[in-house]
Amino acid sequence: MGQSHSMTINGRSLDVRLDDPDTPLLYVLRNEVGLRGPRFGCGLGQCGACTVHVDGQIVRSCVTPLSSLKPESKIVTLEGLGTPEAPHPVQAAFVEEQAAQCGYCINGMIMTSAAFLNDKPKPSEAEIRQALAGNLCRCGTHARIVRAVQRAATSL
Amino acid sequence: MPTTQLSRRHVLQGGAIIVGFSLSRSLPTVAASGTAPSKAVALDEVDSYLALERDGSAIVYSGKVDLGTGVQTALTQMAADELDLPLSRVRVIQGDTALTPDQGPTYGSLSIQNGGTQIRAAAATARRKLVQLASERLGTPADALVTRDGRVTPAAGGEGIAYADLLKDGHFSLKLDKDAPSKNPDAFSFVGKSVARLDIPAKIYASSTYMQDVKLPGMLHGRVIRPPAIEARLTAVDEASVAGMPGLVKVVREGDFLGVVATSEWTAIKAAEKLSATWSKAETLPEQSRLWEHVRATPVVKEDVTSNVGDADAAMSKAARTLKATYDFAIHTHGSIGPSCAVAEPEGDALTVWTASQMTHALRTQLSAMFSLPPDKVRCIYVEGSGCYGRNGHEDAAADAAILARAVGKPVRVQWSRADEHGWDPKGPPTLIDLSAGLDDNGAVTAWSSQFHIPVGAAGSVPLVAATLAGLPHETALAPGNIVHNSAIPYGFPNVKTVCRRLATTPLRPSWIRTPGRMQNTFANEAFFDECAAAAGVDPLDYRLRSLADARGTEVLRRVAALAKWESRPSPKGDAKDQGDVQTGRGLSYVKYELYRTYVAAVAEVEVERRTGMIRAKRVFVVQDCGQIINPDGVRNQIEGNVIQTVSRVLKEEVMFDRSRVTSTDWASYPILTFPEVPEIVMELIDRPRDKPWGAGEPSAAVIPAAISNAVFDAIGLRLRSVPFTPEKVKTALQRT
Ligand code: FES
Ligand code: FES
Repeated sequence: MGQSHSMTINGRSLDVRLDDPDTPLLYVLRNEVGLRGPRFGCGLGQCGACTVHVDGQIVRSCVTPLSSLKPESKIVTLEGLGTPEAPHPVQAAFVEEQAAQCGYCINGMIMTSAAFLNDKPKPSEAEIRQALAGNLCRCGTHARIVRAVQRAATSL
Repeated sequence: MPTTQLSRRHVLQGGAIIVGFSLSRSLPTVAASGTAPSKAVALDEVDSYLALERDGSAIVYSGKVDLGTGVQTALTQMAADELDLPLSRVRVIQGDTALTPDQGPTYGSLSIQNGGTQIRAAAATARRKLVQLASERLGTPADALVTRDGRVTPAAGGEGIAYADLLKDGHFSLKLDKDAPSKNPDAFSFVGKSVARLDIPAKIYASSTYMQDVKLPGMLHGRVIRPPAIEARLTAVDEASVAGMPGLVKVVREGDFLGVVATSEWTAIKAAEKLSATWSKAETLPEQSRLWEHVRATPVVKEDVTSNVGDADAAMSKAARTLKATYDFAIHTHGSIGPSCAVAEPEGDALTVWTASQMTHALRTQLSAMFSLPPDKVRCIYVEGSGCYGRNGHEDAAADAAILARAVGKPVRVQWSRADEHGWDPKGPPTLIDLSAGLDDNGAVTAWSSQFHIPVGAAGSVPLVAATLAGLPHETALAPGNIVHNSAIPYGFPNVKTVCRRLATTPLRPSWIRTPGRMQNTFANEAFFDECAAAAGVDPLDYRLRSLADARGTEVLRRVAALAKWESRPSPKGDAKDQGDVQTGRGLSYVKYELYRTYVAAVAEVEVERRTGMIRAKRVFVVQDCGQIINPDGVRNQIEGNVIQTVSRVLKEEVMFDRSRVTSTDWASYPILTFPEVPEIVMELIDRPRDKPWGAGEPSAAVIPAAISNAVFDAIGLRLRSVPFTPEKVKTALQRT
């Protein structure tokens, strides 16, 4: 049964029912809403795989209880960032640079970079690396990811 | 020929799953429509690898799977070229035991070299057959026909016949001929080109399906509760501790295996945390601080002599000068960013498992043994997961899901936690290596002798955690990978003896992690060889070239030297007493992978901060010759990954444990390289379109540890022989001088 919670996700309002209002946002997005952009990596706020935007800010959804969000908070996931037809510049740049191996971390890389470039449209390479310092990639795609963010910055 | 019966239910259900999960490309039209009750999977049948659909497009069935390395794209390129089809009309189905041939596990950098070569041969055999069929139909001699864009047409011109019209049911019913004439490399449209990876857009737009995304109708969520100590016994479970949790379906106990099943993932997580259980004490691991003494004292089961030339002992005793050193390489975890996950569905006495396993066929064998089911009752279907870099926890999660699913009679998804993954994935075993060399008056090596203290066993099936805990049938042999490779050396010294002392046990369940053995062994060999070069006062490049009689090896070394603007001089550059705080150095390293294939040479440039002991890898130059390159950008992507991951392993990584268990169970206690620490990578690939395609997955990782050790030596005159090269080790060594 559980309680009903209102949310705004990717521009859509919806209600979810949860047994536990402290369920982390990640599980709500993946299992209740059926989104796949945000990924489970650690559940500890350590890797960034679960990153989403809440009111334009990056949030680690694995450690964000749903109860901590206001119903009017605007949640945007990778799905809501862009589409192949209308890509976000960061997404287009990741495709151009072939910036993925397994791709499991890539949600976090794109979401973090998109928010970062919003605040700082013309970053240096060192600033990009710093902005992504808390996002882990095990495949070693870092070099391509940095190139993709640089490319996106020039196209913004 | 062995075929696997697909029950109609599975086919239909597969169809249903597909629709729900955009896996529509994961089952062939023929099977989904129910027209083909069985699918050939024998290794010598063309139909095992290939089918033509009614619209003339081809399905490739690959036993090798894409672990995020771009193999799917490369296989598509190879098949499309061989069949003269556009890329868009070739699709690849991977690692489904009911549909794909057992081409062996996806490891050892063999997907293209072996798997791709088999698929290429199947496609070449198929094309010859299509031409022959067209020749009969058109009354034109076969050598006057060409294949183009899915049609066989007269070379002189004319419409010709579409493949689909030549082969009505899409089946070839033909033995694979591995000598079927393959296309002239000059005529390739796709092979050798940087075709964009087929899987990348979906990953960027969140429409791909990872293992972690698979959902079945009625699926429940499971979690496992692992013992607090390896080999602890489960003495009691207090089910009352979780009684009444909304959504909890069942607590499952089988022997020492403990898990929970719930209707939601979050409930399963909470129940696993809350469930109170009593375990016996167990302290079966050695003291970590005495790990190397423990390894040295472990009983030796056998000695593998991996090379024996001349008389190393006699030459050593006559040498003008001898050097001795011991190298060690820490235990590493795979560290997949997404912890392992699997879904299992029981149906009567049959079991279907969706898994990111790199070896679905071997997993099927393991699961059928575990549950005493005939192999044809178990189907394992590959779905791409988070990169695994070897045998991580994917297979174990599958066994967990299978136990839980059978206990509740419903499909169950098991998602490992971060602590499950770091704590319970099998580990790259600790490696201890003793080396000695004898030099003559001119500094040339006259004797080389080495002993590798490494666990017994090869690749194979790593025992499944769930089977072990539950006391169900399982393997007991160690499977650390083929870790004897590259213990022998590529240099032509007159007297050489290399011996692997195979140890009866190793502290944690071992398996292979990217470049198993080849990395550790090449580290010791190439760093120790650098010690010899320094002792001889010779430039490290020059020293290598003097002992190498292999043109391709010489070429990668010369080219990497040119790329890195290598300055000819002996190491070290400065010395440890130099007072500058940040010192720079360069180091060279070389490998001929497994001494018969892919050549790689690398130069690392490092900075060492004397005050903190911090090493920064600034730039890494790589030149690789892996024969024919299928997809240059794919190879570059893989090399970049190898360099970065290995720099991480070498500078930072070490699994920590106490007497009971692994204690480095998250990213804080097992840190990996982060963006600000990633080196710049500069590379050159040597393409040999007329040669065999050799593996590119792992070889470039092998050269990185020694390149860094050699660069640090060049910078500060200190030899680092113990991976990881942590700031503490550097500081301690500096203080000693
Ligand atoms: S999954 Fe949220 S930070 Fe790792
Ligand atoms: S691309 Fe695999 S973890 Fe980053």
